[in-house]
Amino acid sequence: MVHVSATPVLALRGVSKRFGAVQALTDVELEVHAGEVVALVGDNGAGKSTLVKTIAGVHPIDEGVIEWDGKPVTITRPHDAQALGIATVYQDLALCDNIDVVGNLFLGRELRKWGVLDEVEMERRSRELLTTLSIRIPSVRIPIASLSGGQRQTVAIARSMLGEPKLVILDEPTAALGVEQTAQVLDLVERLRERGHAVILISHNMADVKAVADKVAVLRLGRNNGVFEVKTTSQEEIISAITGATDNAVTRRAARTNGEVSK
Amino acid sequence: MSIDKTSASAGETPAQDAPAVENPEAAAAAVTAVDPRLLVQQEGLLGYWHEFKRKMKAGELGSVPVVLGLAIICIIFQVLNSNFLSAQNINDITITMVGTGMISVGIVFVLLLGEIDLSVGSVSGAASALAGVLAVNQGWPEWTAVLIALAAGIAIGALHGFFFAVLGAPAFAVTLAGLLFWLGFMLKVLGADGTINLDPNGLVGKLTTYYFSDVAAAYGLAVVVVAVFFLTSFLGNRRREAAGVPSRPLSDTVLRTALLAVVAFAAAYMYNQYKGLPLATVIFLAFLIGTDFVLRRTPYGRKIFALGGSVEASRRAGINVTAVRISVFAISGGFAAIGGLFLASKIASANQSAGTGDLLMNAIAAAVIGGTSLFGGRGRTWNALLGVLVIVSIQYGLQLESIAEPVKYMITAAVLLTTVVIDSITRKTQKTAGRA
Ligand SMILES: Nc1ncnc2c1ncn2[C@@H]1O[C@H](COP(=O)(O)OP(=O)(O)OP(=O)(O)O)[C@@H](O)[C@H]1O
Ligand SMILES: [Mg+2]
Repeated sequence: MVHVSATPVLALRGVSKRFGAVQALTDVELEVHAGEVVALVGDNGAGKSTLVKTIAGVHPIDEGVIEWDGKPVTITRPHDAQALGIATVYQDLALCDNIDVVGNLFLGRELRKWGVLDEVEMERRSRELLTTLSIRIPSVRIPIASLSGGQRQTVAIARSMLGEPKLVILDEPTAALGVEQTAQVLDLVERLRERGHAVILISHNMADVKAVADKVAVLRLGRNNGVFEVKTTSQEEIISAITGATDNAVTRRAARTNGEVSK
Repeated sequence: MSIDKTSASAGETPAQDAPAVENPEAAAAAVTAVDPRLLVQQEGLLGYWHEFKRKMKAGELGSVPVVLGLAIICIIFQVLNSNFLSAQNINDITITMVGTGMISVGIVFVLLLGEIDLSVGSVSGAASALAGVLAVNQGWPEWTAVLIALAAGIAIGALHGFFFAVLGAPAFAVTLAGLLFWLGFMLKVLGADGTINLDPNGLVGKLTTYYFSDVAAAYGLAVVVVAVFFLTSFLGNRRREAAGVPSRPLSDTVLRTALLAVVAFAAAYMYNQYKGLPLATVIFLAFLIGTDFVLRRTPYGRKIFALGGSVEASRRAGINVTAVRISVFAISGGFAAIGGLFLASKIASANQSAGTGDLLMNAIAAAVIGGTSLFGGRGRTWNALLGVLVIVSIQYGLQLESIAEPVKYMITAAVLLTTVVIDSITRKTQKTAGRA
C-alpha cells in the first residue's frame, strides 16, 4: 500500500447545503489524503452528488469550512476548485454536445500558441491520452453528440486526468460503462492512487467499492453515517450504514434467498 | 496517405467472422498504427462523393442547401431578366448587402449562444443618427463621430448583455425593450426635421461609393486571398503530419484552393467590368475573415461555442459565462452600429426610417438562411454572407421584375421558413445518426 500523508489534501468540516426547502447536506465531515481512495456511498438522494458539487465549486457551501492541505479555502466557482487542483467527473451535464472530443477534453484550458488555439498539439495529446487510457472512440474529431453514453463518460474521465490534478472526484463513473470499460476505470483509479493522487469515488456498486477503495464514507439523508476501513469492514456493515438499519430490504432479501437455498 | 480504405465503408462491411468481439474494427485498431475506425476519406473524386453522401445522411448539411438555393435563385431571375447577372446588378447587390450583412454577423454570434438580439435594427438606426448629428449638426470631425457611434453600439450591446447575463432577464425580452428604447432614442436625437444629409464625400459617404478602380486591385486581392488560403491549409497540414495526427491529402487542399480561386477571380473579373473593387466589399470581407478566425481559432471563440452547447458544462469547465455573454451582446451591438453606418452611407443620410421595417428580420433571416442554427452552438459568420446574398438577390430580382413589396415579403418569408425547417430536421437527423 502507498504511504498516506498526515495532513489530508481535502477536509470538510461541518459542511451544510440547502436548496430552498431541502436540507441536502447537514454538518458533513470528510477527509481525503494523498494516495488514498475514499468511496462515498449512500442511497439515491443521500446527497453524494451535492457534496461533490460543493467541493467542485458548482454549488457553494452555506455553512462549514473546506480545508485544502490543512488551510481553509473558499470555493465559490468551478474555477477556484480547478485552480486548487481538483478535477471532477460529474454525474450529469459535463460535456458540450456540439464540440468535438478534443475540444471537450481541453475545454476551459485550451492550449494556445501566440494566443491562437493550438489544435494540432491538442489533438496529438488527446490521442496520446486516450491511447494510454485504452479509450476507444471512432475519432477525436467527431462531436460528443455522436458518441454513446459510455463513450461520453470515458471522455469525461479522460478530461479529469489532463491537468495532473491533486484530487480527482468521480461521481458514479462506471454507471454507464460496459464490463471492460468498468475494469479500465477501476484500473485507472488504482493508477491514480499509485501516483499519489487523492481520489473520491462515488459508486452504488459495492464490489467496485471493495475492489479499489481504502475507506468508505457513508452519507445518509445528507448526514455522515460512519467512515469505514474497507479491509476490516464487511459488506453487510456498510449496507446497514447506508440503509440506516440492520434489518433492511437488503438483509431481508438475503435472508429470504438464503432460506430458500437451505430448504 | 496510406490509410486503410476499407474503413470508409465500415458500415457496410461488418466483420461477421468475429462475433465474440464487441467492436471488431476497434479490436483491429489496437494493433494498427493508425486507427482504422476513423472515417477516412477515400482519395480522389469518388472519395468526395462518399464523404458528401455520408454527411448528407448524418444531417451535416452545412452550407449546401443555401448554395443550391442561391444557384436556383440566380438561374430563375436570369431567365426572367437577362440584366440580373449583369456586372452592375451584381455589384449593386454586393454593396447593398453589406449593411444588413454586418448586422447579421453580430446576430450569428448571438445565435451561437442560442440567444436572440431583437434590438439590432434600432441600434443600427441609433448609431447612424448619432454619427449624423455629431458630424453634421455639431460639426465634429467625421471620424470622431463614427468612433463614438461604434462605441455607443458596443456599449448598448453590453448593457443588454448585462441585463441578460447578470440580472438573468431573458435576452428576448431585454432586446425587445432595447428595440423600442433605441428607436425612441434615434427619433429624439434626429429631432424635428428628422433627416440629416451626410456629406457624400465624407468618411461615411465613401463607405459605399468608393471603388478601387485600378484593375489590379480586385485581381490583387483575389491572388492574396487564394494564396493565403492555400499556404495556411498547406502549412497546417504539414504541421499535422509532423505531429503524427491525421491530415488532409494534398489533393484535397488543391481542390479547395481551386474552388476558392474560381469564385475569387470570377468576382474580381465581374467587379472590374463595372467600376472596380468596392471599398464596402473589402471591409465586409475583412470582418468576415476576422470574425471567422476569432470564432474558430481562438480560445474566446471556443467559449462561445461551448456556451451554445451547454451552459452548465461550460460553467463547470471554468468558463466565465457572464463575461462571455456580455461580450457577445457587445459584439452584436458593435456590428449593428457598423451595419447602421453602411446603411446610412447607401442613402447618404441618417433618417427616421433607419433601422426599422424589415431590417431586423432580414438580418436574423440571413444568419439562419446561411446555416446558423437557432438552437445554438452551430454556425459560422460566413453564413451571414450567404444568407444576406440570398435575401438581397431576391429583393433585386423582384425589383427588376417590378414585383411589389408584399410579394417580396412573402417570398423572403417562405425562404426563411424553409431554412428553419431544414435546420430543425437537420437537428433531428443528427440526433438519430449520432445515437445510432
Ligand atoms: N439543484 C438542486 N436543487 C434543488 N434540490 C436539489 C438540487 N440538487 C440536489 N437536490 C436535492 O438534494 C438531495 C441530494 O441529491 P443528490 O443529487 O446529491 O443525491 P445523490 O446522493 O447524488 O443521489 P444519486 O445516488 O441518485 O445520484 C435530493 O433530495 C435532491 O432532491
Ligand atoms: Mg448523484
